[in-house]
Amino acid sequence: MSLAAKIQDVFNEPGCDKNLGKDAKAKKKGCSKPLTPGAAAGGCAFDGAKIVLQPITDVAHLIHAPLACEGNSWDNRGAGSSGSDLWRRSFTTDLTELDIVMGRGEKKLFKAIREIKERHNPPAIFVYSTCVTALIGDDIDAVCRRAAEKFGQPEVPVDAPGIVGSKNLGNKLAGEALLDHVIGTHEPDDVGPTDINILGEFNLAGEFWMVKPLFDTLGIRVRACIPGDARYIDVASAHRAKATMMVCSTALINLARKMEERWGIPYFEGSFYGVSDTSEALRSIARLLVQRGADAGLIDRTEALIRQEEAIAWEKIRAFRPRLEGKRVLLNTGGVKSWSVVAALMEVGIEIVGTSVKKSTVEDKERVKAILKDENHMFESLAPRDLYKMLSEHKADIMLSGGRTQFIALKAKMPWLDINQERHHPYAGYDGMVELIRQIDIALSNPVFAQVRLAAPWDEEGTLLVDTGSSVTADSAPGATPHPVPPPRGGRGPERHDRGQDAPPPQGGRAMGDEFGSAASLCPSTWSTLSPSPPVGGGRRPGEGSTERKALTRHALAVPASPRARAKTFANAALNDTDDC
Amino acid sequence: MAKIINEPKSFSVNPLKSSQPLGAALAFLGVAGAMPLFHGSQGCTSFALVLLVRHFKETIPLQTTAMDEVSTVLGGADHLEAAIVNLKTRTNPSLIGVCTTALVETRGEDFAGDLATIRRKQADLLGDTKVVLASTPDFSGAIEAGWSKAVTGMIETVTAEPRRNDPQRIAILPGWHLTVADIELIRETVESFGLVPTILPDVSGALDGTVPGRWIPTSYGGCPVADIETLGECSHAIAIGEQMRKPAEALKAKAGVPYTLLRSLTGLRAADEFVMALAGISGEPVPARLRRRRSQLCDALLDGHFHFGGKTIAIAAEPDHLYMLSSFFADLGAETTVAITTAGDSDILEHVPAATVEVGDLGRLEDLSVGADLLVTHAHGRQAAERLGIPLWRVGFPIFDRLGSQHRKSVGYEGTRDLIFEVANIFQAARIEPTPMSLNPFRNREHPHDSRSSSEPRRH
Repeated sequence: MSLAAKIQDVFNEPGCDKNLGKDAKAKKKGCSKPLTPGAAAGGCAFDGAKIVLQPITDVAHLIHAPLACEGNSWDNRGAGSSGSDLWRRSFTTDLTELDIVMGRGEKKLFKAIREIKERHNPPAIFVYSTCVTALIGDDIDAVCRRAAEKFGQPEVPVDAPGIVGSKNLGNKLAGEALLDHVIGTHEPDDVGPTDINILGEFNLAGEFWMVKPLFDTLGIRVRACIPGDARYIDVASAHRAKATMMVCSTALINLARKMEERWGIPYFEGSFYGVSDTSEALRSIARLLVQRGADAGLIDRTEALIRQEEAIAWEKIRAFRPRLEGKRVLLNTGGVKSWSVVAALMEVGIEIVGTSVKKSTVEDKERVKAILKDENHMFESLAPRDLYKMLSEHKADIMLSGGRTQFIALKAKMPWLDINQERHHPYAGYDGMVELIRQIDIALSNPVFAQVRLAAPWDEEGTLLVDTGSSVTADSAPGATPHPVPPPRGGRGPERHDRGQDAPPPQGGRAMGDEFGSAASLCPSTWSTLSPSPPVGGGRRPGEGSTERKALTRHALAVPASPRARAKTFANAALNDTDDC
Repeated sequence: MAKIINEPKSFSVNPLKSSQPLGAALAFLGVAGAMPLFHGSQGCTSFALVLLVRHFKETIPLQTTAMDEVSTVLGGADHLEAAIVNLKTRTNPSLIGVCTTALVETRGEDFAGDLATIRRKQADLLGDTKVVLASTPDFSGAIEAGWSKAVTGMIETVTAEPRRNDPQRIAILPGWHLTVADIELIRETVESFGLVPTILPDVSGALDGTVPGRWIPTSYGGCPVADIETLGECSHAIAIGEQMRKPAEALKAKAGVPYTLLRSLTGLRAADEFVMALAGISGEPVPARLRRRRSQLCDALLDGHFHFGGKTIAIAAEPDHLYMLSSFFADLGAETTVAITTAGDSDILEHVPAATVEVGDLGRLEDLSVGADLLVTHAHGRQAAERLGIPLWRVGFPIFDRLGSQHRKSVGYEGTRDLIFEVANIFQAARIEPTPMSLNPFRNREHPHDSRSSSEPRRH
């Protein structure tokens, strides 16, 4: 099938609710919105394809391209591997000008495959086409076929050059590559009644390892988790599973549906983000497996496990409530997945003050409306400038989003937590949700925000705004302000479990929302009360002994403040919201 | 407010302390043309000397009165006099800093009286050479105390009655834990307000590792003795660290110079205080360069805090240094769970942002630090770090297995910014990839209350 035909086929996705709702003309257009030159964001199809396939750990991923495609993007994701680390190595044909002009691309690619085969001997090599190699007409299919014959090793062409469309399209084309070249190429000899596939789980920060033991306990075997921590042989034999769970539905829905068509493997969409979502996922899998002939006792065992794990998770989460209650969160992820975490946020009393509904379905939007107090805080997309304004006006206490808006939040002096793919913390399953809440607590209670929000104690010309004399009285001297109380440790793992659960988290932490949430308090007048170690001065009084230290500290710093500095009072300073930082 | 635990122990395992006379010698080395002299046996001096050389990678001028059995029994005044006479004749130092050791202090002599006699007796020979006493027995205190005593001694002995008051001139009395780079930065900052700093001691001219092009038997540079004599002409003094309260009080008593004591110059608020004090003293606006540095620090705090939040830190350091380091971590959201120090008598200890501060050694640090994310102490902490599998951030003295510790900034906006990056990079380098076992929700379920059942390092 040609690439154009394949793209049409991918766009016509009966498994997608959104697609089904469209008329024939709209379907033909596909689901990618046309990009606006000069105002586009997000990755290309190659990016999308590589994201989906790269976590397959024991194969070599060879990118047939000039340097930029791989050279600028490799080693950027933290998927976990329990075995080979070959997937993290970057292989690219690194085409030069001469290669392109002289048409040496295919030969170079063939040689590259041979060298990788000789040096690493992986079970397969995935070969990715890119814009330039597509443009000059390199036939990666043919090269892969020839190399496979010659070296007796599967070479998988992934035909998703960047120019064909968006990252999402690339995700789907990657699924097609697996269907065409990998899945079903190996017959396992150990097929069991409780084998499942998990599709669209990337094992970011190793988070699938927080979930897999739940399946192990229930006697459910994960035949293939695609792509997280997957091995080639598992993917190749995925067609013998009894049921499939789709985790990130937009990415690999075509793969799930076509596996159902070809091999009769039923699938459902679920999520491991959120306590109830995890339980629901376990339930659905058990139900599907029992329908397909597994032991009916599985359902009861699943329910028992859910009861036990939910109780533990909610108890751990509730321990954070005193510290997090009333905090306001802005969810800016655009994805459906953020709704999976809303339940946990609400359980600890966090208020959702705004959310992006860019990628949400109509149904999602209804859920959003039910939760948000103000419908106005549901936005399709927010320009960086508007987002900055919203954050710097302190309409929220923390933003949860992806890396792209990280620095908008930070420059607005707003705590921020990554809940997208670049993050370093595992949030899946029951423990993962506890970890998310713990990370929110850590971010919210970090004292740097209180510090950076304080205006510099001088005006734009550098003239002092505060009277240095008044900040050195004995009353405000040593230790006037306690250092912040850190968040409780031991949210997630049982090794720290005792501290998070048995002992109530420390109260009275100077979480910033309390003192610094309102703009009114962001004035230099708070400077002196915050100061842990104000200067202690001594007057010019020769002969005074050290026993008089206390009296001395009451003595204002005997230094002449400039007349201009004296003219400005704290109150003045408060009105003058100039801030150097 | 930290609870201070100071229980006598029968022995020390992997000592944290360096001895008190070493601290005094370090202070004398911050005076131009000075020669520290240990009043004790040869070994007292050579061990300190070797340690100083290992840290600074420099020739360190340090002499000894070479007490032997006879002089120990009969009294060391003769050895002291002979040493001073020899030093004057051979090296002609501007100042001889006598640091007493445990040996002579245990014997117990009137050193101040002996020195007065020697100064009188050898007045012609000594000429301009000052002789300063620091009573620093090894059996008490550590570097911090020795440093403080030496500076106090220099002010009490050398500083004269002021003849005038120079409004542009201020005295900076830095604690021992500030590096050469810190002193340089402090000088630049003070000068940027149009003020003239006299820094005592000034290790930046002496221990900054230069190649002078000729043999110099004394310290290379530092605070000139003439400036110590006229220190009373300063309009104000800024003491950095609680250890410098005594020298500041001495200067105030002797010449009536008022002082501001800043506990630390590390951290946004501490740096603000320093800058505000300078702006207040000078009446000058804050220079644009400093304002820019402040803004850079704000950004460093924001970028760095991800790596600090929720981390647990184990620190072993001298009292002021401990306060500086633990406050730095507290400002970034990390918790100092273990705080070990060298002496329990500093007023700063109760302000350390930790539940307890324990007077102890590196053995104790190792015992208490299981499960911590970072060890913070001098280079001798490397054994504990290796055994515990916890990264070590080398700070203070001695650092003998890394180069350049004198040129690391740790104060002001710039220094704090650099520290944030340095530590965040250690955290990033030490990140341990998760494994299926480490994330398994059922691990250690049988022992939910045994927090030490897993020796596996924390990942966050």
